[in-house]
Amino acid sequence: MTDTPEPLLRIESLHKRFEDNVVLAGASLDVPRGSLVTVLGRSGTGKSVLLKCLAGIVTPDAGRIRFDGKDLDASTRADFRRRCSFLFQSNALFDSLTALENVALPLEQTTSLSDAEIRVQSLEALKQLELDAHHDRYPSQLSGGMQKRLALARAIVTKPELVLFDEPTAGLDPLRRNAVFTMILKYQRQFRFTAVVVTHDLDEALIASDRVALLDGGKMLFEGPPAAFTTSTDPVVSSFRDSAAALRESVAALRQTTAAS
Amino acid sequence: MLAALGRPFLRLLGGMGRMACFTVRSFAAVTKTRRLPRRLLRAIFEQGTRCLPVILIVGIFTGLVLGLQGHYVLNRFGSESLLGALVSLSLVRELGPVLAALMLVGQAGSALAAEIGIQRNSEQIAALETMGVSSEGYLVTPRLLAALIVFPMQTALFVLIGLYGGYLSGSAMLGLETGVYWSAVEKAIEARDLTECFVKAGTFGLITIAMCSYQGFSAHLGQGTGARAVSAATTRAVVLSCVLVLALDDVITSFLLHR
Repeated sequence: MTDTPEPLLRIESLHKRFEDNVVLAGASLDVPRGSLVTVLGRSGTGKSVLLKCLAGIVTPDAGRIRFDGKDLDASTRADFRRRCSFLFQSNALFDSLTALENVALPLEQTTSLSDAEIRVQSLEALKQLELDAHHDRYPSQLSGGMQKRLALARAIVTKPELVLFDEPTAGLDPLRRNAVFTMILKYQRQFRFTAVVVTHDLDEALIASDRVALLDGGKMLFEGPPAAFTTSTDPVVSSFRDSAAALRESVAALRQTTAAS
Repeated sequence: MLAALGRPFLRLLGGMGRMACFTVRSFAAVTKTRRLPRRLLRAIFEQGTRCLPVILIVGIFTGLVLGLQGHYVLNRFGSESLLGALVSLSLVRELGPVLAALMLVGQAGSALAAEIGIQRNSEQIAALETMGVSSEGYLVTPRLLAALIVFPMQTALFVLIGLYGGYLSGSAMLGLETGVYWSAVEKAIEARDLTECFVKAGTFGLITIAMCSYQGFSAHLGQGTGARAVSAATTRAVVLSCVLVLALDDVITSFLLHR
């Protein structure tokens, strides 16, 4: 028997409800170290809540989260926060701070580095994301893609082991979606962090991810490599996977009906 | 009927308890907040400069009106020479701390509640928490400490400008001798009057900035969402702060007068 190494992050039977609305009903997920795992699911299935439970923004009602072999609780949360970053769907950039100040913020507030060292490290992070020329601009003066890169620069400046991405491509056109996924993949390989991406963009997820999971009805209905997802015969998986084809069929049928009448 | 009366009372009690916990947490974060002196200086600058013009304008007009009304009343009893005492004691013991606090709430407090409310709405506060940064320590602690410095300073400025306003209307306009006015001012003010003035200013500063920060922080818990939630939180912050200033003024005055 071979011992498989414990994943960096393990979610076991997570439950969360908001009054009568059950959002998570026993969701479980393994995130191997160094991998890019994408959690797929329709809108409103609790993907963001799952991520917020991990980040400590939302407290789960029941279940267990293990990070690097330790249960995540009040005593280990501070260590987890030092080693994990969260990229918000809205970017959550401080609009009254410049790009450089935004990136420097976590270093200023969580490390005892000198001002000079913080400036060097922050500029380095901006340079790696090709934003060094815009270091003195405010977030509102940057384009949508640049803001996303700035948020990523702020997330990676502390050299985290785990980065959580909440709907990084929401509201973007296909070209920008590709660019954001390419960016995540590029920097995930470059900085060797483990990434959990929550999205409903199937095509990009299947191309970029090492593993995919499908959240539906509060539970993970599928968890495995992208190749297995594309061949799965599970009805929920196949309906999610084939939604584009289903739309094409519906539209074709509608056109036929309209033409006949 | 008992339930109808009890429910809002319990809600009020709960709100006060949550705000007290929030204030204590913000003060406790002093030890956890890095680079606090820098943020404190920025908060002093923001609160101070933002309110300076309105303090000067309201201060001078308050003094002018006090001088006019005081001269009119004292003239009836042939006691115009006491105008300096009337203006100075009114300003130092009562009008200075209260009016300066109300002006500061209107300017700095409302801006603070709106700013923190927007930061709550746009997930900036959640982002701080995920970075392992105490959001109270980063956003509120420097502002609370700044209020303890800025409110007494602005109150002192308000009183000085008000005294000059009283001099303008009483002496320059109505003919009271300059020496009589300022001598009455000097004789009237005692150390305990100044103590009361600064105790009130510090307390008002602390309570109103805590209230405005708390309302901004809990903007997402109130009625409505988005811009409407921020607007409601800002209105609540200003109204409750003004009520608190007047209620606390009564409590502090009663306590200090009968000590």
